[in-house]
Amino acid sequence: MRRLPAAAFVFLSTFVALAFLALPVVAIFTRVTPGRLVAQLGNPVVTDALLVSLRTTLFAQALVLLLGTPTAYALATRRFRGRSLLVTLVELPLVLPPAVAGIGLLAAFGRAGLLHTTIPFTQAAVVLAVSFVASPLYVRAAIAAFEGIDPDVVAASRTLGAGPVRTFFRIVLPLARGGLGAGAALAFARGLGEFGATIMFAGSLRGVTQTLPLAVYSEFDVNFDVALAVSALLVVISAALLVTLKWLPSASTSRFRFATSS
Amino acid sequence: MAALGLDFTLPLRDFELTLALDVERTVALVGPSGAGKTSVLRVIAGLARPVRGRVVLGDDVWLDTSRRISRLPEERRVGLVFQEYALFPHLSVRRNVAYAGRERAPELLERFAIAHLADARPADLSGGERQRVALARALARDPAVLLLDEPLAALDAHTKSQVRGELRELLRELALPTLLVTHDYEDAAALADEVGVLVDGSLRQLASPAELVARPRDAFVASFTGANLLYGSAVRSGDVTEVRLSTGEQLFSTDDAAGEVGVVVYPWDVSVAREHADDSALNVVRGEIGSVFEVANRVRVRIGPVTAEVTASSAGRLELEKGGIAYATFKATGTRLVPL
Repeated sequence: MRRLPAAAFVFLSTFVALAFLALPVVAIFTRVTPGRLVAQLGNPVVTDALLVSLRTTLFAQALVLLLGTPTAYALATRRFRGRSLLVTLVELPLVLPPAVAGIGLLAAFGRAGLLHTTIPFTQAAVVLAVSFVASPLYVRAAIAAFEGIDPDVVAASRTLGAGPVRTFFRIVLPLARGGLGAGAALAFARGLGEFGATIMFAGSLRGVTQTLPLAVYSEFDVNFDVALAVSALLVVISAALLVTLKWLPSASTSRFRFATSS
Repeated sequence: MAALGLDFTLPLRDFELTLALDVERTVALVGPSGAGKTSVLRVIAGLARPVRGRVVLGDDVWLDTSRRISRLPEERRVGLVFQEYALFPHLSVRRNVAYAGRERAPELLERFAIAHLADARPADLSGGERQRVALARALARDPAVLLLDEPLAALDAHTKSQVRGELRELLRELALPTLLVTHDYEDAAALADEVGVLVDGSLRQLASPAELVARPRDAFVASFTGANLLYGSAVRSGDVTEVRLSTGEQLFSTDDAAGEVGVVVYPWDVSVAREHADDSALNVVRGEIGSVFEVANRVRVRIGPVTAEVTASSAGRLELEKGGIAYATFKATGTRLVPL
């Protein structure tokens, strides 16, 4: 007799949780008609923000991949004192409140900061803020992907006459591809949604530093429909990234996937 | 053909691996797992760096710590076949083999009878096929030295005996200095001209398989090569040595020894009877039959503390069954005494 209430509880809580998670997303698309939503996308505020977002996120993504990949490979393959400290340092931005990241970036790169630069409140500042908060997601996934590669396979490449560089591009990179792709997609999604650190370190200047999330914030008490349209756009992009992520072989299963697909 | 010369010390987790060895033909290193066998191959291939030592191929110096020479793995002409083969999982068989040498790949695919698998991925191959791909890939580099890590361990029993024959044939044809490591003495004896017994990082004995069996240097070498090892104390009496076993039996050997010794007798030197026969064999052990099981075309019988090997037809004729009483007899001339 006790099983029925238990089953009902599980069913009910699942329903409530799913409804709670889906409702805000559904609301974005149902609040105004789809026609009006699409029409608002032509608003110059939206197109400006879209361009700023695309440019800065892509720039930041390139930066993260270019610097993050060798970093992750070094951390994955070398054993040295202080390694776990470095890994923790790399992961820190992940748990740091975005506002703290923004203050930190100002303290480091501000006019009165450690390095005395003129970067704050420029588009470069957006790139830095996005890179700072998004990089841990990529580097973590990349470390796991590199650690998942059988060291004997890498050693085999060397004994077959391939130097470290050729080994990296012919063996390591293709075998880590799944994990690297998943990490890159996560970092891209995080970067695209970046808000807190950006508004503190780069401000919200339309056409310069105002990214899509910042446009949502600045428009929601001016023109709620525009804020809704930008939000809808972000939901679509995020959902597309998530689907890509699911489709990519993940870091933990990439070896298995590679091994069985022919 | 330049010979491979080794002399190095490599600290491992629990002990130091020290080895001095010249490899001209096929040498097998055998030993229990964890003896440092794989590390020897890694040192030669340049994947592990010893604290002291030299690795040379003829006049070509690959490693000399005193002269600060240490060539990178890609600069040493080795063909290393890994225990689990370490094939590139994302490349086809053809591209695996062509990785080190495109020109030789087609010929090697033919030679190892894997041409029909050229487009398959390693995951789709059987153990025996993977091993052939690994060998072909290693040879595509045109190596001056061949290194094989447990070449038969990853194969099932049926495939293993066939592959062992093929591998022996291949090594004879290649005539390269070859170092193979294995935990199985029989594999080592079947494949190599010389067998070295490696225990806890040091070489206990290096000799031809026949020599190892005829004159094992110590108790470990004897038991590792498949001998019965019994313990007792020896007293010299006339022209034979009398050994009183800890289990009470009295045995004789033509070897000279005194004090605590190991008595070594190979299973194939032990005869089995159901009744005490009065023949020239001095050593008779009466005991209960502990176990009877077939190994390939032979039958292994455990009589008291002694294991004997007889043919299947003998085992049938003697009606050997677990629990019965039998006599194991062996000659004093075939009984070795080793220090403990």
